[in-house]
Amino acid sequence: MRRSFIARNPSILVFLACLALFTLAITLMSEATGAGLISTSFVKTLGKTLCLCLVAVAMDLVWGYCGILSLGHFAFFGLGGYMVGMWLMYARTEIIVAGSLANAPLPPTPAEISDAIGSQIFGVVGSSDFPLIWSFAHSFWAQMALVVIVPGLLALVFGWLAFRSRVTGVYLSILTQAMTLALSLYLFQNESGLRGNNGLSGLQNLPGVGAGQDAVSMWFFWGSALALALGYVICAWVVSGKFGSVVRGIRDDEARVRFLGYSVEGYKLFIFTFTAVIAAIAGALYYPQAGIINPGEVAPIASIYLAVWVAIGGRGRLYGAVIGAALVSLVSTWFTGGLVPSIRLGFYTVDWVDWWLVLLGLSFVLVTLFAPKGIGGLVDLITDRIAPNRHGADYGPDKGALREGEGRK
Amino acid sequence: MATLLEVSGVSVTFDGYKAIRNLSFSIGEAEMRAIIGPNGAGKTTFMDIVTGKTSPDEGRVIWGEKSVNLLKMNEARIAQAGIGRKFQRPTVFEDQTVHANLLMALKNPRPSFACLFYRPSTRDLDRVAQLADEVGLSDALMRMSGELSHGQKQWLEIGMLLAQEPRLLLVDEPAAGMTLAEREHTTDLLKEAAKTRAVVVVEHDMEFVRRLECKVTVLHEGSVLAEGSLDHVTANPKVIEVYLGR
Repeated sequence: MRRSFIARNPSILVFLACLALFTLAITLMSEATGAGLISTSFVKTLGKTLCLCLVAVAMDLVWGYCGILSLGHFAFFGLGGYMVGMWLMYARTEIIVAGSLANAPLPPTPAEISDAIGSQIFGVVGSSDFPLIWSFAHSFWAQMALVVIVPGLLALVFGWLAFRSRVTGVYLSILTQAMTLALSLYLFQNESGLRGNNGLSGLQNLPGVGAGQDAVSMWFFWGSALALALGYVICAWVVSGKFGSVVRGIRDDEARVRFLGYSVEGYKLFIFTFTAVIAAIAGALYYPQAGIINPGEVAPIASIYLAVWVAIGGRGRLYGAVIGAALVSLVSTWFTGGLVPSIRLGFYTVDWVDWWLVLLGLSFVLVTLFAPKGIGGLVDLITDRIAPNRHGADYGPDKGALREGEGRK
Repeated sequence: MATLLEVSGVSVTFDGYKAIRNLSFSIGEAEMRAIIGPNGAGKTTFMDIVTGKTSPDEGRVIWGEKSVNLLKMNEARIAQAGIGRKFQRPTVFEDQTVHANLLMALKNPRPSFACLFYRPSTRDLDRVAQLADEVGLSDALMRMSGELSHGQKQWLEIGMLLAQEPRLLLVDEPAAGMTLAEREHTTDLLKEAAKTRAVVVVEHDMEFVRRLECKVTVLHEGSVLAEGSLDHVTANPKVIEVYLGR
């Protein structure tokens, strides 16, 4: 009855092994550390994909396990990116400015340096003063803390207001959409202090690092893989055990959980804030690889995509979310990159850059209607075939496997 | 015997319909009570009020020796204070095992952080096994509760209720949809529970109520029509008219 955490969740080991193999393979094929079979830009794409997998795991936790269909988690992802972007932009501009002012006849005062950095960063929005929100941008550690604090605090306040009013279901989804839309519209303004629609750019250049992009891309790739592995294990731990029981109970029958004496609001707030922090960390790793972040990234549609990934991959199983996010975002890159040949029908040419969204929408509808378990559900077929006597199967949804569990008592 | 729960002068109106009118009710610490009454008499609404699901327009609900006002508390706090409820339709967490269901119900700290770092102690596991044995689900501990038969789900829910160690059990139609043998087992479970705590059973079935051998409260149109032994209330002409006469 009391088996270890890993023994109860054998899928974790399988997942970690797959991730490790994948990381090793890419490392051996990259330009910086291997045979140079794949380009630096593709390594970046894969690194970014790992970050998207991490935010999908967070989405699965909040939606697949706790039943809160949040359509606003990309707001937290974007905020994490903005927080890390502020430090990257500041520190890099500081080095450039210091370099150019070093040749001046008089050594520059700190105020002069600050002004020069300000006019470099904010010139595009016709300003040169640092807004208040850039107060900590000079400090790496302070800004890294803000990666967690700012989105976490937003989720905490938003969640507290929403959950204590018992807003649930589609109303909560709409509310989260409104939140991410409001954030996006706010960031679009030049007065927001984050360079309006220009966003933050040049994030791929790490300040004070001489190494080329081929090496930097590998560092971020490894960092993303590590973050995904850690995030996956922590999320799997959170949903195992009694906490997981309560959270899944909330998903299935919230009122019943209340009558058992559990404060449903507290649990929802915990999950919502926790997943917002994971999303923010994923975003903080994503945007230095993307190189640029602008308010369009937190547009409502981004969060809807996130839900689509998790639905296609299989809701309520963490590896399903990873599969969904990886597959859909990579296929999306392939289609929208113009690499898929257009289909000429004579009277009309199907251009996949435009038609990809139709394909994605169609597959979302088909999966929801005909394969609610998603792609992750295919794993059930395999596990049944290989190990019909698997004792862990009592957690699986299949009837056959459950009977094995009965006999185990 | 000290009073455990006292409901006095409670009224609720839903859209102009008076579901509960000036209802007063009290129950002692180790007492079994059956509530009967025709459909719409306000039996379920009464439970909703006590457990915090519905707040009344007027009246008082006082709990325990410290005379706590239950109307100021939410559902979770009321449950923590020691009121357990079993619903008419069996409500268990169907995609979880019987074991997980019982473990979740077991009386332990409820806050999220305590729950996150909770690991079942040997004592807790023994208690779960003992409860499963009491409700006759020892062989089904590792089964998904969704697979259980209707009667087994009812028992699992009673087991979960006992696991909470409440001082008051509110049980809504526990025998609905059960076979005769299952009913007898259920009666025994409830009688056993009533030795150490208060049990309120809402039931339609007269035979089931007779077997409980307890004081009966008859509700009609949201207030108490009669109270006393089953023979006493069934001899009451008003009761015969509104309920038994049908």
